[in-house]
Amino acid sequence: MEKTEISRRDLRARTRIRTSVSDRIIDVVTYIVYVLFAFVCVYPFYYIIINSISANNLSERGKVVFWPLEVHFKNYESVMKIPGLWDAARNSILRTVIGTVLTVIIAAFLGYMFTRQTMWHRKLWYRMVTVTMYVNAGIIPWFLSMKLLGMTNNFWGYIFPMIIQPFYIVLCKTYCESVPQALQDAAEIDGAGTLRIFFRIMLPVIKPILATIAVFAAVNQWNAFQDTLLLMTKKELYTLQYVLFQYINQASSLKALVSNNTSTSALMASLAHAATATSIRMTVTVVVVFPIMCVYPFFQKFFTKGIMIGAVKG
Amino acid sequence: MQRLNPKTKRSFLEFGYILPFLIIVLLFSYFPLYGWVYAFHDYKPPFPIGADTFVGFKWFATIINNPTRLKGVFRVLRNTFAMSGISLFFSWFPMIFAVFLNEIKNKSFRKFTQTVTTLPNFISWVLVYAFAFTLFGTNGAVNSVLKDLGVIEKSIPFLQSSEHIWFKMWLWLTWKNAGWAAIMYLAAISGIDEQMIEAAKVDGATRMQIIWHITIPSLLPTYFVIVMLNLANFLSNGMEQYYVFQNAFNKDFIEVLDLYVYNLSTSGTGMYPLSTAISILKSVVSVVLLFATNTVSKLIRGEGFI
Repeated sequence: MEKTEISRRDLRARTRIRTSVSDRIIDVVTYIVYVLFAFVCVYPFYYIIINSISANNLSERGKVVFWPLEVHFKNYESVMKIPGLWDAARNSILRTVIGTVLTVIIAAFLGYMFTRQTMWHRKLWYRMVTVTMYVNAGIIPWFLSMKLLGMTNNFWGYIFPMIIQPFYIVLCKTYCESVPQALQDAAEIDGAGTLRIFFRIMLPVIKPILATIAVFAAVNQWNAFQDTLLLMTKKELYTLQYVLFQYINQASSLKALVSNNTSTSALMASLAHAATATSIRMTVTVVVVFPIMCVYPFFQKFFTKGIMIGAVKG
Repeated sequence: MQRLNPKTKRSFLEFGYILPFLIIVLLFSYFPLYGWVYAFHDYKPPFPIGADTFVGFKWFATIINNPTRLKGVFRVLRNTFAMSGISLFFSWFPMIFAVFLNEIKNKSFRKFTQTVTTLPNFISWVLVYAFAFTLFGTNGAVNSVLKDLGVIEKSIPFLQSSEHIWFKMWLWLTWKNAGWAAIMYLAAISGIDEQMIEAAKVDGATRMQIIWHITIPSLLPTYFVIVMLNLANFLSNGMEQYYVFQNAFNKDFIEVLDLYVYNLSTSGTGMYPLSTAISILKSVVSVVLLFATNTVSKLIRGEGFI
């Protein structure tokens, strides 16, 4: 009796030691792996920023690795002088603002309307909209029909094809359904019409989900690249994403800018400050990524919420 | 004439409110399907198609009858299968990422890691490529550091080569998506019954045992859905990532089906019908895959994901 008691205690003690050692190992390994992972995710952002403010002759040879060297802000000055970039920035900002506002309003309105039991053939229309999530005509048929609709070389080509997002509408509908029906009933007794109920009662109530949708729609609009590639050939309609891609991939488009710049100001600017293809590329990259980096920390909770709702649905 | 009663009137009025939006859906989501007719015509822009340009299944037949065309299709199918296959093979990665992230006891470090690894998901592929270009280009930081350390003498063309390109593409994809994909699993982990874990601890289970016997089994339903979605999208890896990373050196190995359709159409306007034909075939297979995986999901899980 006594013997078994001792051995059991002994066993427990031994297990505890074993667990704590293996625990330590797991802890150390996990920390190392996740520190590495975090580093790999952050470093490219850091690298591009320190290079955009370092001496250009050093950054061009990949010598700026840990911290900025010979800090200067001439690159941002020379980037601001690129004429096409202002147009691109204006287009990117406009499409993000207009596109986001319309996407959110439409998602809210349709999401609410699809909860109206009284609507004529409500289910049919709801299905008609949601099925488009799985309908994909393919690039060329899409391009040809957008051309027929006059969306090529037209700023609205950035807006119209993107403003009705079935997934967001589903999210809004689900959210509206979770709002107590009594709220609408009370308004209806007071004589409020469908639109009045939407604007006065539902819209303020469903604000949380609209914030999430707005963040997603804005990021999508800002990052969109393919529609410029397919629809736009006019330079003044290019977006920042597209211009950046051109700067990276078509050396010719940058060479003109650089030589232009050097001929006028190379004598005055030192080698460290004269614009090079690399310096322009990096600086424009910072310009394009900066809005996302600024917005991200504040809206992270919305992002997280977005995927949770999506997960519940999926 | 009989007057509409107020209820019917309202029901039509509400339909009227959404009608403009339904028209937008028709124009921008359904009308492009009409573009499929181009696959059955000898379409030479700017001349419009008509009865005289109708050629039936000629373009579909070319895919099989023309040996170079057939070779090209097989090549891009190989690339598509390889890259989708690698993604599928490593699809457990975000799950394991979430499981061990959850094991980190220091709350602020855990939060920091989660925030930081999710960030790349929100930048475009163009920006990813901009990062890749500056870091891994011949004059990039990686080559410069390796040269300074004396590891290599000549720059390695990481981007201008087809070497390990399928795996590299998976790495970039993972860099961008892993943290984001892990959030879903983290949510599922926080939903695990705390009592179950406590009970296991009382019984003397080690951490690895808890992970293996409790955490991972409770994540498997979520994982299963992800695998099914992966299978449903097996042919559709999208074109943006491969488009930005493609160049003359890696083109033969990076071209996936979606990119091939695009590249084909830009090689000359006469190619519109052929690339439409290929994308129609792709759509048909994708729909079949979607319904097949949905059925499998219904059989195993009791509910589909459509």
